[in-house]
Amino acid sequence: MATDAPAGNDERIKAESFATKLMKRPELGAIGGVILVTVFFVITADSAMFTLSGIMNFMTPAAQLGILGIAAAMLMIGGEFDLSIGSMVAFAGMIFGVLVVNMGLPLVFAIPLTMAAAAAIGGVNGSIVIRTGLPSFIVTLAGLFILRGMSLVGLKIFSGGSTQLRGVRDAVEGDPLLTLFSGDALSGLFTWMASVGLVETFRNGAPKVPGIPVEILWFIALALIATYVLLRTPVGNWVFATGGDSNAASNSGVPVKKVKISLFMVTAMAAALVAIITVIDAGSTDARRGFMKEFEAIITAVIGGCLLTGGYGSAIGAFFGAIIFGMVTIGLTYTNFDQDWFQVFLGGMLLLAVVFNNVIRKRVTGER
Amino acid sequence: MTKPIIHMEGIKKHFGNVIALNGVTFDVTPGECHCLLGDNGAGKSTFIKTMSGVHKPTAGSITFEGKPLEFGSPRDAMEAGIATVFQDLAMIPLMSVTRNFFMGREPTKGRGIMKRFDIDAANEICMEEMRKMGINLRAPDQAVGTLSGGERQTVAIARAVYFGAKVLILDEPTSALGVRQTSNVLSTIDRVRAQGVGVVFISHNVRHALAVGDRFTVLNRGQTLGTAVKGEITAPELQDLMAGGQELAQLEGSLGGTI
Ligand SMILES: Nc1ncnc2c1ncn2[C@@H]1O[C@H](COP(=O)(O)OP(=O)(O)O)[C@@H](O)[C@H]1O
Ligand SMILES: [Mg+2]
Repeated sequence: MATDAPAGNDERIKAESFATKLMKRPELGAIGGVILVTVFFVITADSAMFTLSGIMNFMTPAAQLGILGIAAAMLMIGGEFDLSIGSMVAFAGMIFGVLVVNMGLPLVFAIPLTMAAAAAIGGVNGSIVIRTGLPSFIVTLAGLFILRGMSLVGLKIFSGGSTQLRGVRDAVEGDPLLTLFSGDALSGLFTWMASVGLVETFRNGAPKVPGIPVEILWFIALALIATYVLLRTPVGNWVFATGGDSNAASNSGVPVKKVKISLFMVTAMAAALVAIITVIDAGSTDARRGFMKEFEAIITAVIGGCLLTGGYGSAIGAFFGAIIFGMVTIGLTYTNFDQDWFQVFLGGMLLLAVVFNNVIRKRVTGER
Repeated sequence: MTKPIIHMEGIKKHFGNVIALNGVTFDVTPGECHCLLGDNGAGKSTFIKTMSGVHKPTAGSITFEGKPLEFGSPRDAMEAGIATVFQDLAMIPLMSVTRNFFMGREPTKGRGIMKRFDIDAANEICMEEMRKMGINLRAPDQAVGTLSGGERQTVAIARAVYFGAKVLILDEPTSALGVRQTSNVLSTIDRVRAQGVGVVFISHNVRHALAVGDRFTVLNRGQTLGTAVKGEITAPELQDLMAGGQELAQLEGSLGGTI
């Protein structure tokens, strides 16, 4: 008979090297991807891409997508998809536009109301998925069309026939909450850095980059919060458990339904945040806002290491996934390549990520 | 005799037109091991799932510590002090042993917005509880998917023992285990029972049941065929009851008593 190892050290266990441990982290692929893409553009792109203003240039779209991507990643870890988030950006944009322009509400009311409307719709999505037991893929595909259509119809009603609602900039002008959702943050710091010669300046001494666009700060903050919640709180454990096997999770006392509905609500609220930031930035809202963003957000999450089957992934991975996205979209304009290579690049990244994630999953579970 | 912790009276459970349970009465008292025996498909798992809040019974009543009670979810049952090792173990292969161990009942530190999962404490408890069960984990962050079937079973049992304050339900915990681990599980049942916990032990292995059981209830096709007390029933009699009194006795004779 085989002898069992005595208490203490088990001779049948090889010490795990740091590298092997690292290999098991879900965000590994995305970090590798960022390095790869950076190297690629350092070689091929104009050096302006990696100046401070160049970095802000690609980080801004990365941030707008990343806010969606991080939420999509959490939802995907919880075992569900939301294909309606792109349309939700348009719908929340419309609600926000109507609240500030047509109803003249200040941001302190308009923003919570927009968030609440988005959360309610997310909650409805989640409840339908749970009640019917249908795949969220199909339920939210319906949402994709319904919300896009409602945005079109709604905008025509509220703008008197056009699919664009203007006048947001004037309506929010001078609002005390504006600095949280638009423009550049830390401008004092950048002016100071310019004065001591730490950053590039224009001839008149003003810094070339006036500050960090607020969406980048939102993006970083949300990535940190999501990572903390996922890895360091009971709720995070519930999310992984729910996505890993909702039946086992439920039998172990995890409130699976609450977890899923909350994740749908968070995802919809992330879409509303992107809507608010981009609508204020553009000064108007239109029905095409957020077009195709649902796919880009899901790709971001997958590049970030999320498994399509749920139960595995990382918010930091999605953070880097979004940066890859931003770098590739904007980076190509700094090169001599035709910009339409973008889609090819994207598809290639996605395929690579899915294959890579599959290998990682097998390593983690020790599947043979 | 002491009062039962949980008393299940006339439990029926229908799944559509399938009658899985047709009036089962069962109870557990503190410090006893009550074995639930029956062949595959008899309804044992379905029955303990009504006990642990997974299924709502179609009919029948549950009395917990003398008060009528309805479990709305597995969480309710756990909070009442019932812990279960399900036949399918309810473990998530992609998650670490510790995260599985504390799934749904994570220890926390800090308060208010700083309230967080106390991973260090969780790892420590998990390693310690596994050691008590005779298993040395490589690392607490090892994914459950990398464990062998027996090790997985042991994690599930260790988890239930740790959380099973009043009632511990084990659904066929020994069927996937080797000799050494089986005796480990049986001695764990003995240890837990000595602490005053009521144990419900499901098995279709009569020898395992007789080794630790105080009472034996046989389930056949969704109905109880009666309850016997230790010492009043022999292995062949139990075996016969489980098979519904069929020709098993003859069969066993021709196999030389090996079943
Ligand atoms: N969710 C369900 N839906 C329909 N039938 C079920 C369900 N769960 C169990 N059953 C049926 O109930 C009967 C008893 O099953 P089970 O309790 O698992 O038996 P045992 O654990 O004693 O082997 C079986 O015939 C099984 O097919
Ligand atoms: Mg069973």
